[in-house]
Amino acid sequence: MDLGLNEQQELLKNSAREFLENECPETHVREMEEDEKGYSPVLWQKMAEQGWHGLLVPEQYGGAGFDFVDQMVLVEELGRALVPGPYMSSVFGGAVPILEAGSDAQKQEFLPKIAAGELIFTLALTEPSARFDESGIQAKATVSGNDVTINGTKLFVPDAHVADYLIVAARTAKGVTLAIVPTKQDGVKTTVLQTIARDKQCEVVLNGAKGQLLGADGAGWAALAPVIQKYTVAECAYLVGLAQMDFEIAVDYAKERVQFGRPIGSFQAIQHKCADMVTDVDGSRFIMYKAAWSISAGQPAAETSIAVNMAKAWCSEATRRVVAHGQQIHGGIGFTKDYKIQLFYRRQKRAELAFGDADFHRELVAQQLGL
Amino acid sequence: MDWSDSPEQANFRQEVRAFIQAKLPDPYKPKAGEATGEGEGFAGGWQADRKSTDPKRVATASQWATALADKGWIAPAWPKEYGGAGLSTVEQFIYNQEMAEAAAPSVGGMGVSMLGPTLIVHGSEEQKKEHLSRILSGEVAWAQGYSEPGAGSDLASLQTRAVRDGDEFVINGQKIWTSGAHFADWLFALVRTDPQAPKHRGISFMIMDIKTPGLSVRPLINMGWEHGFNETFFEDVRVPAKNLIGEENRGWYVGMTLLDFERSGIAGAVSYRRGMGEMKEFLGGKGKSFQRQDWNTTRLELADRAIETEVLFNFAFRIVSIQNRGLVPNYEASVNKTFGSELHQRLSRTQSKAWGLYANVWDRTSKYAPMGAAHIHDYVGSVPHSIFSGSNEIQRNVIATRGLGLPRG
Repeated sequence: MDLGLNEQQELLKNSAREFLENECPETHVREMEEDEKGYSPVLWQKMAEQGWHGLLVPEQYGGAGFDFVDQMVLVEELGRALVPGPYMSSVFGGAVPILEAGSDAQKQEFLPKIAAGELIFTLALTEPSARFDESGIQAKATVSGNDVTINGTKLFVPDAHVADYLIVAARTAKGVTLAIVPTKQDGVKTTVLQTIARDKQCEVVLNGAKGQLLGADGAGWAALAPVIQKYTVAECAYLVGLAQMDFEIAVDYAKERVQFGRPIGSFQAIQHKCADMVTDVDGSRFIMYKAAWSISAGQPAAETSIAVNMAKAWCSEATRRVVAHGQQIHGGIGFTKDYKIQLFYRRQKRAELAFGDADFHRELVAQQLGL
Repeated sequence: MDWSDSPEQANFRQEVRAFIQAKLPDPYKPKAGEATGEGEGFAGGWQADRKSTDPKRVATASQWATALADKGWIAPAWPKEYGGAGLSTVEQFIYNQEMAEAAAPSVGGMGVSMLGPTLIVHGSEEQKKEHLSRILSGEVAWAQGYSEPGAGSDLASLQTRAVRDGDEFVINGQKIWTSGAHFADWLFALVRTDPQAPKHRGISFMIMDIKTPGLSVRPLINMGWEHGFNETFFEDVRVPAKNLIGEENRGWYVGMTLLDFERSGIAGAVSYRRGMGEMKEFLGGKGKSFQRQDWNTTRLELADRAIETEVLFNFAFRIVSIQNRGLVPNYEASVNKTFGSELHQRLSRTQSKAWGLYANVWDRTSKYAPMGAAHIHDYVGSVPHSIFSGSNEIQRNVIATRGLGLPRG
């Protein structure tokens, strides 16, 4: 029983924080909001050199072989720094599904290149129905040997415009099936949406797109379950880092901003908001790590499942409360584009919605509790 | 990050469980399909049972106290040399968790939780010798006299006056919220011995027999019509000077020394989780007819309460993790208190809401009372949770100033 970080995790956290303070300052985050690609290939390569892209990838495939809790320590730092780009897409939407469902040949082919930052992957899961369950997968696929042909529209696919490969969930006669689909082909048409977080979520129209089978025909939904669990917890970790930083900025501001001749942080109305923020941030951190530990330690499936749903239900709302307080404490200045706090407010919404908001996960919790 | 027990911790947990299973008297065991109740509350628990007019309750209390005393587990936190179990903070945590899981009442009340630890740090050898063993044997129950009508959150402004007269102090004044004083044999109190000094530096910590002439205890009935609190009046109460604990005028600091003991608040999280499980069982069985028609909103609220209970568990685990690493929690215990008490209130609201109109019924024995009216009692009983032991407003001030370094107002 211990809710602290171990030595290796402390080291990872500190080195990531130092690296990102230098390499991913606020100015970079702002530049990337207006950049067509939405990320810097230079920073991307530097992150790969840190070993981050392959943190979860076993050493035999060119990775570092860390465990899932370690990975969450890093994602927390990425959330804190609001690192723009396809990191989450490539790791949780690429490396993880290949680790879960790929053949050894596919692992050999793709994982070392993902780990080296040479290939970018993303998961093409949701469709215009915006559902997260199996019935949401309506794109049609036909399988012939190892080849898959897909028709349909995928929506809210992150970073598809810069990805080399999509991992597409589509439906064959046998059920949901996964395929690795290269983006550079005529059958794949990508359109970037303008979003609240100014990230790059895309509409991807697949019109006879060709790819290779990932896992068995019809085995896709089962293979996705652990992928979605890990991706969901990773979004929680991102939210924890984001909310922690929002909270720290707000507390610092409350110490500096003077009205009525005293710092506004000396007023209890502000103090109590700050106390509620730290409660929500800390609560988010531990419920996220509980889910991550449950995955990592191989706890019974039912326990892991409810731990993940509880984590996303809680983190989605608690971090929204945090960024709302962050705005209120800043008063008018917080509403301007020039001041940094709004960067967090807008990005919180993206991660809150990703893989289901609190309403979605609360219902699953109720079902699993037998209510 | 590890939510599981080490092999040693698992062994200790097993030992506690086996002990409870073997020794907890049947009347204390939860009944299937019924609410365990609101815990020990203000009016119940061991101290009420030992002074009950019902000989069966007295015998049960005595049987349980003897079993714990034989095992050396009346005072799990006290060092062994003083007759405690000398458990580590993690072991105390496991002990408290398992006792709460079994809804087993703790024995020894404030004598074990507050007065004993204070005496161990600040008492003279004579004071320790006289009082510690009588706490451990269950012979003496203690009550706390801190708050006054004019000294609540601002406790250090207390005015109850103690004036030295030879080898005695003469006490005049009034205390309030003296929980369980009507079951207690002795009282520990903060009294003002130097009215000229700055307010924190003129207070002394004193103990006295509750039957001392001039000391009177009067019931203060709470909004649930229960007698848990009292008002305690002092009219020329003469207390021997040897009953002063620690130095004269240093009583404020004597009273604030309990911080090193396990205080994760795990028992609350355990009882909320158990309460939701009992409710689900009741709804799936004999209580089905009580379920309101428009159930889905309540159902989702219950899911939220379950998630929040998980958050509270983690806050409790965090405290013990910090202590186990040899560190002292800072603002974290205040987070547990505010979050836990507000969750308690939300939970009782959600649970009573599930019964619709039946939530009116207060009579625990009525056939119209779902689960013995436990939830509506808790709806009332949870009101003071955000007030006692430092109101949540004070706790948030502590989090903001001590924890986050915001300037004091």
